[in-house]
Amino acid sequence: MTDAPATVTLLQETRHRSLWSDVWAQYRTHKGAMLGTFIFVFIILLTIFGPYIHDADPQFLDIRNKNAGMSWAHPMGTDNLGRDMFAQVLYGGRTSLAVGITAMLLSLVVGTFVGVLAGYFRRLDGPLMRLTDLFLALPLLPLLLVIIMLFRDTLRAAFGPETGIFLLIVFVIGITSWMQTARIVRGDVLALKEREFVLAARSIGTPPRRIILRHVMPNILSPIMVSATLGVANAIITESALSFLGLGFPSDFPTWGRLLFDGANFMTLTPARVIWPGLAISLTVLSVNFMGDGLRDALDPRIRGR
Amino acid sequence: MLNYTLRRLMFAIPTLLLISFIIFAILDLAPNDPTASLPLTIPPDVRQQIRESLGLDQAMPIRYFKWCVQFFWNEPLNILEQWTGWTIGDSENRLRVISWQTRSPVVDLIVERMPQTLWVVGMSYVLGILIALPIGILSAYKQYSWFDQFGTLFSMAGFSVPTFFTGLLFIVIFSVNLQLFPSVYDTTHEVTDWASFWVQVRQMIMPTMVLALFNAAQISRFMRASMLDNLQQDYVRTARAKGVRERSVVLIHVLRNSMIPVVTVIALGVPQVFGGAIITEQIFRVNGLGQLLIVGIQGADIPLVQTLTFIFAVLIVAFNLVADLLYGILDPRIRYD
Repeated sequence: MTDAPATVTLLQETRHRSLWSDVWAQYRTHKGAMLGTFIFVFIILLTIFGPYIHDADPQFLDIRNKNAGMSWAHPMGTDNLGRDMFAQVLYGGRTSLAVGITAMLLSLVVGTFVGVLAGYFRRLDGPLMRLTDLFLALPLLPLLLVIIMLFRDTLRAAFGPETGIFLLIVFVIGITSWMQTARIVRGDVLALKEREFVLAARSIGTPPRRIILRHVMPNILSPIMVSATLGVANAIITESALSFLGLGFPSDFPTWGRLLFDGANFMTLTPARVIWPGLAISLTVLSVNFMGDGLRDALDPRIRGR
Repeated sequence: MLNYTLRRLMFAIPTLLLISFIIFAILDLAPNDPTASLPLTIPPDVRQQIRESLGLDQAMPIRYFKWCVQFFWNEPLNILEQWTGWTIGDSENRLRVISWQTRSPVVDLIVERMPQTLWVVGMSYVLGILIALPIGILSAYKQYSWFDQFGTLFSMAGFSVPTFFTGLLFIVIFSVNLQLFPSVYDTTHEVTDWASFWVQVRQMIMPTMVLALFNAAQISRFMRASMLDNLQQDYVRTARAKGVRERSVVLIHVLRNSMIPVVTVIALGVPQVFGGAIITEQIFRVNGLGQLLIVGIQGADIPLVQTLTFIFAVLIVAFNLVADLLYGILDPRIRYD
């Protein structure tokens, strides 16, 4: 009779537990985060595979069917030139998500690089952090607008209209949103550097490059993951804002912000043209933000396990 | 404290100079020509003369230096003269920063556009704070209640849904379908009596509410977190134990301590609100600073864009300083030395 509880605890002890399975278990309890994950995955799958199911050409002009309402042939109606809105939203989603994710990766790489260097090498700390402060003091939205307006034509000529503007937008968003990541990473690296395992690694003569890659990087993964989610949300909103101000992608190359900008002029006639792309942006950003929230809770060892 | 303020101010000056140089360099590096939008019938030599009259034939450092002189020395002198009525030196021939599009001094344009932006943006920020504080306080006090869940959802939605979507949605709902408010902000409208005041209120409701909801979402999160931190402190238990009424425990003891970080967050948010107003002004056709910037960018009006962008930068640096100083003033535990 006394054996039974003992075997149970023994079984529990021997079950394999790793850091990431704990994180995942905690993540799953966050309802908002799980819902956000489902919606985000659903949106990504829809933009990837949707055009194969709903195979309307987003650029096909069907002027007799202009400003149509919702129907089986056009689930989101058509615009003033008779183009299918659903197809445009799907293709626009590809571009918006691609911009968001690429710009986030760029800002993450820059931010982590600056943060690790500033945190690990004391000599670089001052200059790099002053640089971060300087970037934080720049008025970003005006500068983004200026840079895109001024360099748009050159890049279009060099890389073609779509690739050129894609590179430009990803570059400017990435290069202006790395500062928060850098600050957080620097703080964590400063604390990690004083820990015993780093001291031990250094005492056996490990070069700084190896210490950073093997001992520091895995330990700062959690703040980086959280800022990755926030970065995607931020990049999608910034791209949409630029497109909305008429300074993003050209109008034959739909993104969600561009569709919103084009639809705004026909708002009284066909409000659906504003609502669908706006809903797409809002849902994506909301789901990503919820994922970030859940991830932050799951990666925080003080909350986890409660 | 004074020492710290002075040191920060001394540090702000080179920062701002560097920022102005960066903005100038970006504008200058850009491969575009301000005469490009002029008619093609203008002969090349006249075009060259136009370029010279704009000062474009000089080297970039010289042009930057001249802009600095005009902006940091001539314009403040002009403002001083206007306020006091004095005449300092040769004020007739003093060079000013001239907009290429309108041929009028940039500072005059900005002064002209400032009130609209300040009204809409300022009002929306105040409204946002007024909405955010009660939500933050209540959702912290009743943590995990339905109100707290609702507040969390509200703030999540508030900063996830971009203002250009809420703005358009408001227009579709309130001006297209319900016909309650005008969708275009009329800046020529003058308030003379109650009827015209009501018209002004009605046209301000939508632009201010769009920005206010966005701001409220962020501030209410900070308010909630700060209240939660303080509600668990020992002094709250002490206050309750000695029989202080619950009302004054929350609204006096906890609230005053929780406001310290929130006030600095509010101060830090002011420049971002000005930046965000660019989009809102575009939606509701408010001809404020943001709209001026967009027009300037589209017309390649470099002096205007340079000056406006720099003013945004000044706002950021100034409010960062204000936030740091406020923190020191409000929280006596913080000592700068």
